[in-house]
Amino acid sequence: MSKLKNYLDDTLKSITLPLLAFFLAILSGGLLIAFSDPKIYKLWKSPLEFLGTGFASAGHAYLALIQGSIFDGNLTSKNFLLGFYPLSETFVVAAPLILTGLSVTLAFRAGLFNIGAQGQFIFGAIGASYVGFHYNLPPVIHALAAILGAIVLAGLWGGLVGFLKARTGAHEVIVTIMLNYISIYFLLWLLSTQTFLRKGRQDPIAPPVNETARLPKIFGMDYRINLGIFIALGVAYLIHILLTRTTWGFQFRSVGANTLAAKTAGMSVPFVMTSVMVICGGLAGLGGAVQVLGSEYALTAGVAGSFGFDAITVALLGRAKPLGTVLAALLFGALRAGGLTMQANTTTPIDIVLVIQALVVLFIAAPAMVRAIFRLKNVKSSSDMAAKGWNG
Amino acid sequence: MSKVSKLTPIQKRRQRGAFTLLILSIGSLIGFGALQKQSAPVTYKFVLEKEWIAINEWTLDSRTGSYGFSIAALLFSIWAFIQFRRNKKIQLQSALGGFAILMAFLCWAASGKMIPFTGLLQGALLLSVPLIFGAMAGVLCERSGVINIAIEGQLLAGAFAAGVVASLTQNTTWGLIVAPLAGALISLILAVFAIKFSIDQVILGFVINVLVIGMTNFLYKKLLIPYQNTWNSGPILTPIEIPILSKIPLLGPIFFNQTIIVYLMYLIVAVIHLSLFKTRWGLRTRAVGEHPTAADSVGIKVNNLRFRNVIFAGLVAGLGGAYFTVGAVGAFGKEMTAGKGFIALAALIFGRWSPLGAVMAALLFGFADNLQGILSITGTPIPSEFMLMAPYIATIIAVTGFVGRVRAPAADGIPYNRGGSH
Repeated sequence: MSKLKNYLDDTLKSITLPLLAFFLAILSGGLLIAFSDPKIYKLWKSPLEFLGTGFASAGHAYLALIQGSIFDGNLTSKNFLLGFYPLSETFVVAAPLILTGLSVTLAFRAGLFNIGAQGQFIFGAIGASYVGFHYNLPPVIHALAAILGAIVLAGLWGGLVGFLKARTGAHEVIVTIMLNYISIYFLLWLLSTQTFLRKGRQDPIAPPVNETARLPKIFGMDYRINLGIFIALGVAYLIHILLTRTTWGFQFRSVGANTLAAKTAGMSVPFVMTSVMVICGGLAGLGGAVQVLGSEYALTAGVAGSFGFDAITVALLGRAKPLGTVLAALLFGALRAGGLTMQANTTTPIDIVLVIQALVVLFIAAPAMVRAIFRLKNVKSSSDMAAKGWNG
Repeated sequence: MSKVSKLTPIQKRRQRGAFTLLILSIGSLIGFGALQKQSAPVTYKFVLEKEWIAINEWTLDSRTGSYGFSIAALLFSIWAFIQFRRNKKIQLQSALGGFAILMAFLCWAASGKMIPFTGLLQGALLLSVPLIFGAMAGVLCERSGVINIAIEGQLLAGAFAAGVVASLTQNTTWGLIVAPLAGALISLILAVFAIKFSIDQVILGFVINVLVIGMTNFLYKKLLIPYQNTWNSGPILTPIEIPILSKIPLLGPIFFNQTIIVYLMYLIVAVIHLSLFKTRWGLRTRAVGEHPTAADSVGIKVNNLRFRNVIFAGLVAGLGGAYFTVGAVGAFGKEMTAGKGFIALAALIFGRWSPLGAVMAALLFGFADNLQGILSITGTPIPSEFMLMAPYIATIIAVTGFVGRVRAPAADGIPYNRGGSH
């Protein structure tokens, strides 16, 4: 029993900080919504009305956020279950986010900071799209082939980073920042070529992927939720196993914890760095495949959205653990999906979601600050954000 | 003692540099000269405004031009080899060789067309302005040991603040005053979290960028669009013509008929370069960036100095941000810095963390950007997307050490705790 109690204690301690950070971020976001509306400053002579109006607009915004991400009563007129359409949208957004988040998480555990998930996602999307529209294959095999295409292409793109780091010492952050831009320009160029031009269209959009390559929808045609979310959850579990139960994962973590010690223990650091970045690239690329084959069905210039960048905040909020990453991705997926509804129904722009994301991570990054605000003593601090230099 | 002496790292770098130049010249000779499909006249147009001596234009055959400039580049690379054998610097030769290859490329790319040469250079300078400001902010931070990925955010905050304040007051001066303060505010977040809380500076910079992008997007949609007339219709700075200098042929109109922001940029670059290498502050800054423990042992307050430099960096980058709004178009646009902060970071790295090096790199990247813009209008054999990639590819090549390894200040990104583990 004491083992269970310890475990619960530990879990509680490690989720206290993210929860408090999230609470603070939501609160700050609310204040921003409330006081950024110039109309309320006309009411400043009566403080109660002033505050009331401000908080009401924040409340409306957050209510719309929940309506857009979990359950919307307005949609239930035909069928009660349709009210959960927003929840399906949350899962649709969360699926690629989980995968890119895992990509960043895994790199973190090996001591690497993968800012390049965005570029790897793009290459995954390219691979999946090309295999998806260019070949004609039987149903299940086609989807698998498209996914494989995505993983291979993105894995190579990610592996390049690890290889360069291992061979020349080039810092992965610098290389991945640059590769992200190279990826987006490459995508733009690709979409202007004959192969990727959709017939009868001038704008940058590739031909739609064949029906056979698409991921099946799992709750009927009314909802966009598809197999992608289950792929993502399954992969998260596999990464968890990889990190905790395998020699390979142990090597990753060892190199991440102390490169010199790992080297002394006989591990091949170049091999670990390259292989970990291949997997990270593959994960982000799988995210791209899920996006293209699961919900978008076509490659566009904006296919990657900000999945690769949100992934970093996801991994940080998830404390670089697979389970944490999944939860954080679901949370941010909900914010993203709900943000669209919020923007449509209230005057609050979706960009408040970015502010909340950034604040969450800032608050988590500074445990000393959160502890001081809430006067806590027993909160696990984040060791995953200890600083490292350019040359290290 | 053996007679064969080993090359020092500098000599090795020179050797490799000369060798690279040679390969590039040969490539240029073959690629732009021999493989050129059509031979047609290419016209360089020089005149921009009225200068003392107007060089109007210059027309030459494109294939002859490509051959000529490639051969010139070849000669420069041979000269570079001779310099290397004599154990002398090869900077001049590399620059000339690079320029010749560029001209050969232009002859090839613009075959049968006209190149507005002066306009090309002027546009290049204007596109480099934010890059130079950003790179200077990077120099200030990173030479004292704090990684600055948040340049993008600092520029964006400066652009936003300058645009909004100039619009509300209908006065560009207020915009110019507020922009550096906005940049400094962003720097304050960086400084507090990086120095006081010892958070990883890369993560921090990244998050700050997200925060600033989110905030400015939010306020843009919530205030600047609905209340455009009061909040987002700021005036623009007018160029100031410097009496005599602006009449110098070719260079005059490019460098000396600009807005106050550009003149401030010249000043800031000069001040930073001189102070970094000639003053006590500069020596201390470099010491703190390379070996904080040693600096501390002689009584330098490491974290205070770092804190101050990070704030300075914010002031500089914020002013650079003002260029986007009051310096160029007036109104603020959503995410209008469009990754310029990251190209500035690339310029900083490509310029080996030195102020002048970073300026050169920024000018080069600005030039590539503008060239891409002009060539995409006239139409070229190279897709413009690949030209846009050039700065990023160049930076990767630089950090991987293909042409001489670049090295960051030794303590860059490592927090200093007195008596701590670092």
